[in-house]
Amino acid sequence: MRKIVLAAVLLAAFPAAAPVAAQDSAGGVVRVEKPVTGEQVYGQVCQACHMADAKGATGAGTIPALANNPRLAGAAYPIMVVTGGKGAMPGFSGMLSNAQMAEAITYVRTHFGNNYAKPVTEADVAKLAKPPPAASH
Amino acid sequence: MDSGARTPTRRQLLSAIAKVGGTAALYQAMTSLGHAAETQFHGPPNLQGARPGASVIVLGAGLAGMLAAYELTKAGYKVKILEFQNRAGGRNWSLRGGDTYTELGGAAQKVGFAPGNYLNPGPWRIPHHHRTLLHYCKQFGVALEPFIQFNHSGWIHSSQAFGGKPVRFNTAAADFEGNIAELLAKSINAKALDDAVTKEDRERLLEALKGWGMLDNDYKYSASLKAAAHRGFERPGGGGVNGAPIPSKDLSSLHDVLDPQVWTSMAFFMGYEMQTTMFQPVGGMDMIGKAFARQVSDLITYGAKVSKIAQDDKGVTVSFTDVATGKASEAKADWCVCTIPLGILGQLDLQVTDQMMAAIKAVPYSGQVKIGLEMKRRFWEEDDFIYGGHSFTDQEIGLISYPNNNMFKDGPAVLLGAFARDLGAYRLSGMTPEQRIEAALAQGSVIHPGSYRKEFVTGASVAWSRVPWSLGCCARWNEETRKEHYQTLVAMDRRIVLAGEHASYVGCWMEGALLSSIDAITRLHKRALEA
Repeated sequence: MRKIVLAAVLLAAFPAAAPVAAQDSAGGVVRVEKPVTGEQVYGQVCQACHMADAKGATGAGTIPALANNPRLAGAAYPIMVVTGGKGAMPGFSGMLSNAQMAEAITYVRTHFGNNYAKPVTEADVAKLAKPPPAASH
Repeated sequence: MDSGARTPTRRQLLSAIAKVGGTAALYQAMTSLGHAAETQFHGPPNLQGARPGASVIVLGAGLAGMLAAYELTKAGYKVKILEFQNRAGGRNWSLRGGDTYTELGGAAQKVGFAPGNYLNPGPWRIPHHHRTLLHYCKQFGVALEPFIQFNHSGWIHSSQAFGGKPVRFNTAAADFEGNIAELLAKSINAKALDDAVTKEDRERLLEALKGWGMLDNDYKYSASLKAAAHRGFERPGGGGVNGAPIPSKDLSSLHDVLDPQVWTSMAFFMGYEMQTTMFQPVGGMDMIGKAFARQVSDLITYGAKVSKIAQDDKGVTVSFTDVATGKASEAKADWCVCTIPLGILGQLDLQVTDQMMAAIKAVPYSGQVKIGLEMKRRFWEEDDFIYGGHSFTDQEIGLISYPNNNMFKDGPAVLLGAFARDLGAYRLSGMTPEQRIEAALAQGSVIHPGSYRKEFVTGASVAWSRVPWSLGCCARWNEETRKEHYQTLVAMDRRIVLAGEHASYVGCWMEGALLSSIDAITRLHKRALEA
């Protein structure tokens, strides 16, 4: 069953409330259909950088490949990276739910040449996730 | 009026303070006189007297790097710039017909815009209080024109209000204010605010609500010429027989105007960085990058991919390869100004303190998406009477923004078909360029149903998370990372200092890059003279 939940995701930078210079942004609010399955989360979020084939890419710097990646063997590492971020990659705690992140990690660990069958659960993510940071600026 | 021969004018007073105490004292004095609190720019750094033969290597030919090179050269340093791309300007960038852009992942776009049309993938508007940028634009001969930031005729679209139909900004804003004013008046007249507001102020507040809030004599927000004068008419005033205006009667419900899309769109224009007047360069944003590059063109080595930055007591050594040939080289200098975006810098072999490395790696980047759509004609002007400015939508594209130049002209024009952020941006970034255009057309058609697809000619998109030389659009600090890492990041690490929007509190703006650069080279120069 593919349950699509239409969720109001309010991610506007409210300039009036921002303590310092707000980033240049469109204004208003953004509402997108909430991705639910691991495949949906990967396609609508992770793929923006890691690419549809999960092979990443290299320019002046590198977006690491998730395909055939032995660092995904343990669940803790991807959970830490997805929730807390790493380098240019933002942490997704607060933007995605623990369930969404668990689904995405499970999906990547069982696709793209990775074969780590044990699912990552929402509880696994909750255990390792830091609380989301206060408003960015 | 006699100003009195012995009483100094404000200007004379400030000038005297500046002479005695320098610009910092001047700034303090001006602030206490109620001036100048809008910027930290106090004029160009005016560095002088570099030690003979002293040298600086600048990494990155964006605005921060080029300004550093320009000012340090004037101060007497020997300066070289290494740039990864074959173009100067960095995120200050415009795409025009004939340009090819290849993003990470390999998707290449050949831009097909007509001559004169462009997309500014990065910065696109300049606040009037960004004094540093405006100063150098003037100095380097960049012509600026108004950027139509606030257009009352733009559309506001929410998927969850007004039946999903776009409404004009002036209509939505008037109905928000009118509904709120009516509620407040009701509270006052029900004596709910008697404890909080004096009798005199209650009267004054009711007057304000009738005027500002367009209420009638019964303190109702109702269909009236008063309301229509803000929100628009069913039949506007004209001449002759049918000259009398007819007020619009389709007032929005409180429920509709409380949709956050309404008040966030209104509040957007209240933000300090978003207040009018705003500017853009005539001919495309990259006119600024090009003007900076003209000042330092003979200093730049293009196609240089930096892999290592080493330093010791004597100087800095930068290892880089030529992107085209793969040839490895080294460049040496006494000092280094590094403007490489943090997401890339954190992947390099750096001889800096552990704390600096931790700071570099602590700051994630945002991944906005911009999409330019060329249309055969200016239907937004011809059909909707929208001249520049924005329409807001809660769809992934975020907005449609209309060109601020060449108004009333025939022929194709490029509008901004998306300025997506957060989850909207991730979704669009993950698409192929063709899919992005299709998404932008589908979503834009909600705002301009009759014409959007019909008039479309060609499009181009930039997803910043896939930009090969930045791996993102802007550094995103939060209170925690500012506290833990910001001072480390901006401090000199022996012979290396970082500069760029990421090393400022005006992040994501060109102004932040320039202010950071001036601060960095001022401290570098001081250190170099002390060394």
